[in-house]
Amino acid sequence: MAFLDIQHLEKSFGAMHVVKDFNLGVEKGEFVSFLGPSGCGKTTVLRMVAGFETPTSGAIRIDGQDMTCLPANRRNIGMVFQAYALFPNLTVEENIGFGLKVAGEGKVAIRSRVGEMLELIGLRQLGSRYPFQLSGGQQQRVALARALAPRPQVLLLDEPLSALDAKIRISLREEIRRIQRDLGITTIFVTHDQEEALSMSDRVVVMHQGIADQVATPFEIYNRPTTRFVAQFVGTLNLLEANVVDAAAGKVLLGEVPVSLNRPLPGRTGERISLAARPEIVTLGRSDGDHVVLAGRIADVHFLGSVIRIRVAVEGGHLSLDTFNQPDRPPPSLGTPVEVSVSHRDLLVLAA
Amino acid sequence: MTGKRFWSWLAVAFGGLYFLLPLVGMFDFSMRMQRGAYSFEAYRVVLADPQFQQTFGYSVVLALLTIVLGILIVVPTAYFVRLRFPGLRPVIEFITLLPLVIPPIVIVFGYIRIYNTSSILPLTGSWWGTNILLLFGYVMLSLPYMYRSVDTGLRTIDIASLTEAAQSLGAGWARILTVVILPNVFVSVLSGAFLTFAIVIGEYVFAALLNVDSFGPYMVWMGGNRAYEPSALAVIAFAITWACMGLIQLFTSFSKFSTVRR
Repeated sequence: MAFLDIQHLEKSFGAMHVVKDFNLGVEKGEFVSFLGPSGCGKTTVLRMVAGFETPTSGAIRIDGQDMTCLPANRRNIGMVFQAYALFPNLTVEENIGFGLKVAGEGKVAIRSRVGEMLELIGLRQLGSRYPFQLSGGQQQRVALARALAPRPQVLLLDEPLSALDAKIRISLREEIRRIQRDLGITTIFVTHDQEEALSMSDRVVVMHQGIADQVATPFEIYNRPTTRFVAQFVGTLNLLEANVVDAAAGKVLLGEVPVSLNRPLPGRTGERISLAARPEIVTLGRSDGDHVVLAGRIADVHFLGSVIRIRVAVEGGHLSLDTFNQPDRPPPSLGTPVEVSVSHRDLLVLAA
Repeated sequence: MTGKRFWSWLAVAFGGLYFLLPLVGMFDFSMRMQRGAYSFEAYRVVLADPQFQQTFGYSVVLALLTIVLGILIVVPTAYFVRLRFPGLRPVIEFITLLPLVIPPIVIVFGYIRIYNTSSILPLTGSWWGTNILLLFGYVMLSLPYMYRSVDTGLRTIDIASLTEAAQSLGAGWARILTVVILPNVFVSVLSGAFLTFAIVIGEYVFAALLNVDSFGPYMVWMGGNRAYEPSALAVIAFAITWACMGLIQLFTSFSKFSTVRR
């Protein structure tokens, strides 16, 4: 059994079924992100783990102990909120020591642990300040230290970076990951930002309409999405509609162009499927070997600095592709007839 | 521009005179107790009167008890209404406004009818019972001010997140209310408390009809039997009320973590 074991979790608010048969096992020390759009149920699952919501059905176990009906204040779970939720009337030190005081630890032990936590977040000199005297990034660091001080079994992070500006977000996410690794604490991180989820996590749970669509490593989620939603939600994706001509032989018709994928297809002959490709695996020009080659015209060019994103109109739709900027090769002009190649292997086949 | 300023000043001056003239007149009258001399004799007489000391002391104690009981009732109510039953807010607001709508004389007659000596709960039959009845009555009279102050204070903080943060750190309800919520609405509670104090100190109807010797009936008795002392008493009562208002301002601006300064 996993350290944090969530089984058949369901949650309804009146007629609204928010979480549907959610199952997840998180190993000790693992960092798992819940990724999904607003309203997908990711925060609700987190709040059920924290004890702020009661599941309609299902079970939550931590280290073998059933937590499903245990009140939030008896779960020994640390939580960091999007709005920091630091106690305005307490100093940084008092905030960090709050959980230890509640647990009945002695003054010396509290002082030592608070010092340790301040060291960990690099704010030793700000211990006597009040929360309103700190920046957003500093407040969130204190909130993290406060959650970690009582040595919780599990750390829950509810979109902790959403209220911060871009630069602080990046530095703080690296810091959170470093601290999580140093302490080896089992962590669940809720976010709607795919870059955060992919860059920080051991595994990502992509949620959609209350269901965990896919649970996998960031590499798997990005490169081998199992559902159409995951493929479209994570990263940029080219989608081309095609008709299956021979499912067993992997032959499809892209508009009027016959394309051979050289592998059996899930659909039946005559069915419509979607072919998906990430912009970085589409190349400009004809490539030899196992490549699908399509003819088209340059429809748009976006110069992004180190990368140039080119949009090519092909039979059956448009394809976006990324190429690195090369000073001696200016991007092609609009309307230029070109050929684009995609490896058979990298083309994703999704049900239409 | 100059014309606009003139009319603004005129409006302020008119308002100022409207408020200050009667007070100045009253103060002036209170200073003329000694024939041919301007003195604080009326104040000396009032402050030296044992009945003043006794009734004022009694009203101060009752006001403090009212404040404590009011806080114990209002803070948890306002907190749980905001946190758990936001739909009940209009109902609670309406209930807390009732003491402003229903005249105190109606309320106190209701009390006397329900808690008289021939009722199941004969509170008016004993000294303790009457005092408890008066205390409960004053708590109710202070509800519009206390509830509104505390509710406004709660609006300035994110009570849901603070509560959940405290819960995740192992805190129970009592600790959340006393360590997290109350200190953060302390300035608002104080505002309500000072208003309560000012109301209770001068209250007459409840005290007179329950036959209690408090400061309100003493002021009325003084007004009917003396000439200069009532004016001195009125000035003292005003000074107490203003001191309460001043303290509200003072606590608001000196609060270390005041939401106003954030």
